[in-house]
Amino acid sequence: MPSAIEFENISKQYRLGIVSTQTISHDLKRWWITNIRGKEDPYLKIGEVNDRAHKGNSDYIWALKDINFKVEQGDVLGIIGKNGAGKSTLLKILSKVTAPSTGEIRARGRIASLLEVGTGFHPEMTGIENIYMNGAIMGMTKPEIKRKLDEIIDFSGVERYIETPVKRYSSGMTVRLGFAIAAHLEPEILVVDEVLAVGDAEFQKKAIGKMQDVSRGDGRTVLFVSHNMGAVKNLCSKGIILENGCLVYASDAVSAVDEYVRKKESLFSNDTEIVISSRHRERIMSLDVEVLTVKFEKESNNFSTKDPISITFKLKGNKDTDHFHVGGIVLDFEDRPIGIFFGEDILCIKKGEIKDVTLMINNHNLSVGKYYVNAGTGKGNHITGVADFDIVNNVLDFEIDEFDKDQQLGFAKWYSAWGNILFSTSYK
Amino acid sequence: MDYTTVIKPKNKLLEVDFKEIWRYRDLFSMFVKRNIITQYKQTILGPAWFVIQPVLQTIMFMIVFGGIAGISTDGLPQALFYMLGIVSWNYFSDCLNKTSSTFTDNQAIFGKVYFPRLIVPLSTVASNLVRMGIQFVLFIAVYLYFVFTGSHIAPNIYILLIPLLVLMLAGLSLGFGIIISSMTTKYRDLTILFTFIVQLWQYATPVMYPLSIIPDRYRWIVALNPITSIVETFKYGTMGTGVFSWAQLTYSFVFMVILLAVGVVVFNKVQRSFMDTV
Repeated sequence: MPSAIEFENISKQYRLGIVSTQTISHDLKRWWITNIRGKEDPYLKIGEVNDRAHKGNSDYIWALKDINFKVEQGDVLGIIGKNGAGKSTLLKILSKVTAPSTGEIRARGRIASLLEVGTGFHPEMTGIENIYMNGAIMGMTKPEIKRKLDEIIDFSGVERYIETPVKRYSSGMTVRLGFAIAAHLEPEILVVDEVLAVGDAEFQKKAIGKMQDVSRGDGRTVLFVSHNMGAVKNLCSKGIILENGCLVYASDAVSAVDEYVRKKESLFSNDTEIVISSRHRERIMSLDVEVLTVKFEKESNNFSTKDPISITFKLKGNKDTDHFHVGGIVLDFEDRPIGIFFGEDILCIKKGEIKDVTLMINNHNLSVGKYYVNAGTGKGNHITGVADFDIVNNVLDFEIDEFDKDQQLGFAKWYSAWGNILFSTSYK
Repeated sequence: MDYTTVIKPKNKLLEVDFKEIWRYRDLFSMFVKRNIITQYKQTILGPAWFVIQPVLQTIMFMIVFGGIAGISTDGLPQALFYMLGIVSWNYFSDCLNKTSSTFTDNQAIFGKVYFPRLIVPLSTVASNLVRMGIQFVLFIAVYLYFVFTGSHIAPNIYILLIPLLVLMLAGLSLGFGIIISSMTTKYRDLTILFTFIVQLWQYATPVMYPLSIIPDRYRWIVALNPITSIVETFKYGTMGTGVFSWAQLTYSFVFMVILLAVGVVVFNKVQRSFMDTV
């Protein structure tokens, strides 16, 4: 079967920093060298791999570097990788939003992208007007849209509001309408980026089903970017892993996910105390109550299912704060959130004060496996509204290695299909 | 099946895909429709604003330039003289202002999905045409009023040039607009500069004065402005007064063709990577 898309030496270079007066002289120099003297662009020879956590020496970075692979017709390709690995850049190049710096992509058939559904919706126009508009933006002709109009409206489930301006829609309705249009585009190649992160569960199921129909039924090719390893395993036939802009692994979807998890697990750290630095913070936080270190109180990161897990937070007050809490999220190595823990809003701290707070997670009932923790400080609940003071990601890794220290439960092996929680039970 | 899409780093200078633009003609007509209907949504007077604007502006001009400053209107009724200038100039400047921010205004959508970017400025120019048409009908109404009340105005054969004149205004504004928008993606200074230039430009165009009051010695300076001959031909064709010359009109036409060619090439080059610099 012929390949649907071929990526050949695709690279994308970005210049860091801001546009300033220096930029113009720089641009002129570059233009002079390439256009007047007819030489190769010297800046395409420099640059560093894209590692956001470390400060590099060059102003140029490669968001993508020498990507080579082929996608066969009818494949559903899952693209996985950490944030900043270059997944979105790759899809942007493929959907012609931006041009690559070097290399060439050759594709057979129409490419439609779902980089963000509902693109180009005009808030003042009605649902039906926006269907025509959005369809046209994605490259459909008017008769084509007319033919599928009923189907689109039906699929979106917003029939009642179809004559209402889109600005009155809830965000879920907007997404549903957007996906409905895109799903009916019938392109030979569909590019999807994380759309499934929005929309309610029922719709997600419908959307995933539609995507499977698209690829299985008619031999269409789908490229799917997601952080949801489960979705990649279920939906995709092939998988590739991107790391710092380079293609490091290509195989079938299940082994790609396994490889990704294995790679992540190989970075499993036995540190029981983590000193927080800026690389743990993805966003700029108020830091009213700053997390300085987090550690496991028992100075080991091996626990059993019945063991309580105690985490000690060393906190610094940058502002007098009372009625706050510490807490966090436990995730598994497929980046799936498993559960959340937090204390009551009863802590207080003075400006300049440094204090230790230990929070104990009782009865977590986590099954055998490896997990990591994102921690934070904040106050409030879902009624009063939550304010986060600090969120630090990927801080502590731990492993549940047995069910019970004292008496082994009757399992020889824990299967991953059983999930992550061992409910506590008793006969009545 | 052969490759239908090939994505490469840079395209050649003159590689403009007109076929692709034609394929997206449905999008073009939808953009035009959207521009028109969304402009006055949730306003009470709605499209009446198309008419109110030039009327108020004409009255203002009659007071300031005709009354206080006492500038001649070549013996034409002031209302007609100013209104025609305003309708044609406003079409040009509206188109220019809107098209010159094509990239910055449409960042969000351009960053998500690909379609030939040229569709956007093209649709702006086309949708403004509707507005100009309505304003021109208003002009005709006022014109007929003056004819029936016995003013000495008479159209001549050059009135047939009007479609060409409108086309030239559209072409010039589109040409300037896409060049400006291409240049401003990276250096925003130019946005400020150009807004300023367009304001001054009106004074270098015979909108509030007739070309004939400029001394012959300096007339060539005003005539360098490609809009001058268009506005003058408008007046000459409809009212029989004004400075008309084939040479000047040809100059404006050639100017437009070159400008458009340069504009399309520049725009086409910028559209491929502007998301990285905008």
